[in-house]
Amino acid sequence: MDDTLRLSLLKQMVYARRFEERCYEAYVERKIGGFLHLYPGQEACAVGVMTAARPGHDYVITGYRDHVHAIACGSEPKEVMAELFGKATGSSKGFGGSMHIFDTDKRFMGGYAIVGGPFPLAAGMAMALKHQGRDDTIAICFLGDAANNQGTFHETMNMAAVWDLPVLFVCENNLYGIGTSIERSTAVLDQYKRVQAYDIPSAVCDGQDIETVIAASQVAVDHVRNERKPYFLELKTYRFRGHSMSDGGKYRTKEEQAEWKKRDPIRILRDRLTASDALTDQSYKTMDREVMREIEEVVVPFAENSPEPDVADVAKYVLATGDPWVRGGSV
Amino acid sequence: MPSLYLWEALQRAHDEELANDDGVIIMGEDVGKAGGTYKATLGLWNKYGDQRVIDTPISEGSFTGIAVGASFLGMRPIVEIMSVNFAWLAMDQLMNTAAKVRYMSGGQLTAPIVMRSPGGTAHQLGAQHSARMEKVFMGIAGLRVVTPSTPDQAYGLLKSAVRCGDPVFINEHERMYNLRGEVPDGEHFHPLEGSRLAREGRDVTLFGYNISTWWCTEAAEFLSKEHGIECEVVDLFSLKPLDREGIARSVRKTHRVIIAEEAEAPVGVGSEVMAIINEECFWDLDAAPVRVSALDVPVPYNSGLEHAAIPTEKWVIDAVLKMFGRA
Repeated sequence: MDDTLRLSLLKQMVYARRFEERCYEAYVERKIGGFLHLYPGQEACAVGVMTAARPGHDYVITGYRDHVHAIACGSEPKEVMAELFGKATGSSKGFGGSMHIFDTDKRFMGGYAIVGGPFPLAAGMAMALKHQGRDDTIAICFLGDAANNQGTFHETMNMAAVWDLPVLFVCENNLYGIGTSIERSTAVLDQYKRVQAYDIPSAVCDGQDIETVIAASQVAVDHVRNERKPYFLELKTYRFRGHSMSDGGKYRTKEEQAEWKKRDPIRILRDRLTASDALTDQSYKTMDREVMREIEEVVVPFAENSPEPDVADVAKYVLATGDPWVRGGSV
Repeated sequence: MPSLYLWEALQRAHDEELANDDGVIIMGEDVGKAGGTYKATLGLWNKYGDQRVIDTPISEGSFTGIAVGASFLGMRPIVEIMSVNFAWLAMDQLMNTAAKVRYMSGGQLTAPIVMRSPGGTAHQLGAQHSARMEKVFMGIAGLRVVTPSTPDQAYGLLKSAVRCGDPVFINEHERMYNLRGEVPDGEHFHPLEGSRLAREGRDVTLFGYNISTWWCTEAAEFLSKEHGIECEVVDLFSLKPLDREGIARSVRKTHRVIIAEEAEAPVGVGSEVMAIINEECFWDLDAAPVRVSALDVPVPYNSGLEHAAIPTEKWVIDAVLKMFGRA
């Protein structure tokens, strides 16, 4: 991988980190309501996989920790932030919120807040692609390890395999389902092994080193795109913050968190670039400042200054409007 | 005009919709090679193949989710749930995704799936195969709920449901697939909203839907002949939304109301219709509205117990006679 690409990846991850940190501040300032699940620590996963895939072309779906996935698909960060602020200019016009970012123009098909719910939705999109003969396109489902304990995981793996659906399942294994560790909830710790029961090829790799993620993702994406069959990729990762903003964090030791902080995906890539003389402390700081400036000067003001949704529209998107078939068709 | 069994009417609608649009697919347990548990898809697997008429594993939750995901990309899946009792397993995808995705995406994404399923009691099927779940579906914003009482309605409602941009649940009945009725030749569509005046009358309105529409019409014929009471029968084929206007119109005419449902009374069609009457035309009532409903028990196996728990047209007749002081 050349250093130009590495620098671009670093900047994307720094952007994701700073974006999420700014969300935290806005939440504390009560500009963001509801539940807020942040991504720091896991940046190499979404950014890495989408580097190997085709953002805006492949269909992507995920759970509620979804801001960075949307941005990695090509969503405008300012629209994601506006959604968190509940504004009419937000990705979902203020009707979704943090857990329900949608940007169908970028084929980001949504964040969903029922754990394990997106598994069959992704397989269904893959079924449509197969039916429509769109053989250059795949569906990608990002979920956490804890989702694999839902029935939808097993049911969907079975159907994806028996029907040969072109869907990539990316498991971001951050070792915790909310506040319960994988050791205490899950019989098989290696998640990639669990799909072997359905004869789905799978792999596991370090989710903190983005170059490793990209290499493994390329194999995974190519398999799904070319073979038109499912694949499961497990990325071993860690979230640096709590599950959501209400997380007291009592279930993880300081030592464990400190160990994982050493494996910060940004740090790993930054050190590598520094070692190859492609980056200095100064140039890193310049990049970081540029990112922060954009967030402060473009992203947040856009969210702040955008209008609230019109209260008169509260029932606007419940049902299709003027659907002729409600009246028995146009015949 | 051909007379068809209700299952034949559904089969014809399925066939026409599969032929009309390549994006229409049917998914469910035994819908394909086996021809459908109630024959609603008979012969279609042979005609349209494995990719259009899809036999699923017994995984209601996830094959419903797969249908929803496919609908995101323009497909028009029809999901058959073999028995409505199993639809509980599919509720998450139906309620949390299909019904809400248009709203929570700010109108970007829609899930125009159809879910069809038979409910109701049918000869000692016991507690886990006799559910009447329409009350549950009626409580979900973003979902349409329709329920046919005749073969022609079954045909036309299914056709409209497939083409409608919203997710639609079609509540069928285990005991009604062999009901015969006239279905006109030529393609036609039934409105998804509204109600049907099944019988004109002046003395009392009997509201029914699906199987209870038949109890009401049978009771009305008997009461007319034997007691000179002229019942109006209104068929609530659309349960979500309910036809507020149609309900109020009939109440303003007859001033008396009985609502018949096969389900238990709590949080049901009857309570909802009563609420609408309260809101729309309370002062037009000459008597307190009455519900004819099942006992609030899980459905028992024993035939005598089952009959004690589940209404028939006789229950409707008794309710009307009591209302008119003739019981």
